[in-house]
Order: sequence, then C-alpha cells, then structure tokens
Amino acid sequence: MKKYAYFPGCSLESMELSYHQSTVEVSKALGVELQELEDWNCCGATAYFHVDEFLAYALCARNLAMADKEKLDVVAPCSGCFKNMYFTREHLKEDPDLAEHVNDALKEDNLRFTGASRVRHLIDVFVQDVGLEAVKKAVKKPLKGLRVATYYGCQIVRPRKDHEEIERPRFFEDLVAALGAEPVDFLWKLRCCGGSLIVTNRQAALSMVRDLLEEAVRQKADLIVTACPLCQVNLECYQGHVNGAFGTNLSVPVLFFTQLMGVALGASPDSLGIGKERVSAEAALGKVAP
Amino acid sequence: MAAKVPFSQEIGHLMYAVGGSPIDQCIQCGTCAGVCPSAPFMQHSPRQIIDMIRAGLRKEVLSSNTFWYCASCYQCTVRCPQGIKITDMMYALKRYTMWRNQQPEELIGPDFCRNFVTQILKTGRSFEPAMAPVYMFSLGLGGFVREGLMGVSLFFKGRMSLIPKKIKRIDNFRRMIAKIVPMEGIV
Repeated sequence: MKKYAYFPGCSLESMELSYHQSTVEVSKALGVELQELEDWNCCGATAYFHVDEFLAYALCARNLAMADKEKLDVVAPCSGCFKNMYFTREHLKEDPDLAEHVNDALKEDNLRFTGASRVRHLIDVFVQDVGLEAVKKAVKKPLKGLRVATYYGCQIVRPRKDHEEIERPRFFEDLVAALGAEPVDFLWKLRCCGGSLIVTNRQAALSMVRDLLEEAVRQKADLIVTACPLCQVNLECYQGHVNGAFGTNLSVPVLFFTQLMGVALGASPDSLGIGKERVSAEAALGKVAP
Repeated sequence: MAAKVPFSQEIGHLMYAVGGSPIDQCIQCGTCAGVCPSAPFMQHSPRQIIDMIRAGLRKEVLSSNTFWYCASCYQCTVRCPQGIKITDMMYALKRYTMWRNQQPEELIGPDFCRNFVTQILKTGRSFEPAMAPVYMFSLGLGGFVREGLMGVSLFFKGRMSLIPKKIKRIDNFRRMIAKIVPMEGIV
C-alpha cells in the first residue's frame, strides 16, 4: 500500500465536500493510504500570484515543507492546488536563493523546504501508481452504456513539461473506459471553464461554460466528469445562469471522476456525496444496470 | 542623470523571476490570440498587448482590461512557438497595475484578489462567503438575487459552510507572512 500526504484544499472542506468523500472511499477501495497533511494552509488559488509572487511561493512552500518532514509525496485533488504547489517546488529547486529566502520565513513555523517530496495530482495517482489494470480488476459494477465526457480542464496538464502529452492526453478517457463506461469524443476537453472569471468577468465565464456544455450535449454525453472543484462549480452550479443568459435549456450532470469510480467500485451513492448536485445525476447513473 | 528604462524592459524585468523567453522574441504570429478562450472579451488580444508593450504604449497597456480577463488556462504559454510565458506576463501586469493602483475602476479582479489574500492571511484557509460582498453588487439586482438564491440552495445541499476554518499554528503562520509582506491593516 502506498502512502501519500493528502492536501484536500479549501473547496473540498465546504462546497466540494463530495470530492473529498469520494476520494477517501475510492482510495480505501484501491489500497491508497492518504494521511491528511497536518495543518495545511490554502495554496493561494490564483489570487496570491496577482498580489505578490514571493508570498505565493512561501505559502505553498509551507505545505511542501510539512510533507518533506513526513517524507511523503503530496497528493492534491484540486488542479489549482496541484499546479501551484507543483510549480512552487520546481521554482524553488531551480533557484536556491529564492528557496533560502523562503526558508528564512518558514523558520517562524519551524519548517524547512527541501524539495524531497514530489507533488502529484490525485488522478495521476490512480492512473499511474495504482494503474488501470488494478482499477479494472476492482470494478464491481461496470458502467456499461454510460456515455461520459471527460473534462480535463487546464491545470492538470498545463503548463507542465513533464507530462507525457499535453496536447492530446488520453489518460482520463482510459480511466473511464477501465470503469466500463464509454468516453465520448469531447472536443473541448482541454478548454478552460473560465476559472475565477466566474466572479471577475461573469459574461466571459458563462460563455465558456456554455460552449463546454453544448459540446457535451452534441456528443450525447450522459454526464461530464471533472478532476477540479472549480471546474465542477462553474460547469454545474452555474448552469441556471447560463440558461438565463443565453436562452438555452442545458441540463448536464457534472460529477467528479472519483464519484464515478466509486459507483463502479460498488460504493453507495451517499458515501460518495452523490445527491449534493444542483443538476441531479440520478437519471444518468440510473442507466447503469444495478 | 540616470538612464530611463523603456517600458518594455520594465515589464521584462517583472517577468525575470519566472524565466521563459523575453517578450522581444515575440514574432507576432497570433497563436496566443487564437487559442485564448477569453480573447473575444478582451480590449486587446495577448498578441496586441505584447506589441503595445514593445511600442512603449504604457498608458494604453496599463489601462487595458486584457490581463484582468486572463483565466490562467496556460493555453498560450504551452503553444507559444517562442517560449514566452504569456500567462506569467499577465500576472506580472496585474501585480504592476495593482502596485501602482492604476487598474480601471469597473474591474472586479483587483478587489477580489486583495480580499482573497486578506482572508487567507487572517485564517490560513479561504472562505467563500467572505468573498461575496466584493462582487455581488456588480451583478445588478436580478443577478444579486439569483446569486443569493444559489448560495441558499448550496447551503441546504450541505455545500456552504458559514464558519471559516482556521489553521492551528496561525500565530507562527502570521509571523512567517510578516517576514514577507507588511501585515499592517491586514490582521
């Protein structure tokens, strides 16, 4: 059993509790041990980088230093948290002067960044470390006949250079196929959901969300799965706003990939936080034979 | 007398820490503008902004909404044939205009960011309800009501907490921050 320092991130504590619940369930079922990173702080989302670059690095480094101390790799289910901590580690490793400056501040919390702990996205842990064969073997209820749009969003793959394929990734489709579902050809799978523009430029974000939802409908997807809490909020919670703004009548359930995995692994919908959606996934999941 | 640094160099310096090619390497191919999902909403496309920086159009650049409408999707960065970190340039421009307090008034982005950072420096974690006052009033009455109703529905779905979370070693955390940015007026 492989053990990781689990960094849930702020949105998994409230708005996206279902992502946390399903992460815990699926990890248990697949023999992945998650030890919550003790006293973690917010990764800063995009806001820190707007205000002060050095502050942004220091706050991410505090989390990395705590993981270094535990001698565990960090795993983040949120693409934003993942990207911030992944690149903070890269920058600090490349720039020892910056790292020294950050470490001087970290002394106040008796911590030291060494860069020993790697930063992973949760989906990479399931795809690469657990492996699709093992996932396939663990499936108790294959999701036969379920058409799924796999939405990568931005920051799982961009702007990483070490990822096998940033232009045409397939790992999300492969994971969904391992669960017995049918991944559709989702043209906009790598296009942005608007991110925090949903607050700062509502019109732009809603139009980006509309494009994504319409493409999912065109591909006759029963639902969209995502690996990022902000994508889930924008695509799901704001569907009413999209319909209001553009006169559309879109209604597409948006689940986390861990919720879909949980269903296939035989966990109860309750334990996966299914039912907290504003656009119910009940009918879509009902297509899967019990 | 000290030499005057051209505007393009000033912006170049701001990007020094993030690496990538300097903006004078831009060949104006427009790939960034073509792949940017936000470009139709921007006053100037990313390509135009780079050209304007190089032409020294300081006032026009700093008052543009372009970088405030960047969603940090990094599509331009990974596709730029010249290896310019365009997303990081957008961040640099945001910081620069906030520092100079020159952002156009109708934008929500600057206040949203300040508020977000202040919240985190207080508790160590972010808290959605504290963000609402920054932008709710910009939505108009209908939008305000709709947003409020969404908050209520999320609350009843168990997706909205009314109590901010706080990290345990908040005192150490604040001392750490104080070594980096002035904390007066924040906590």
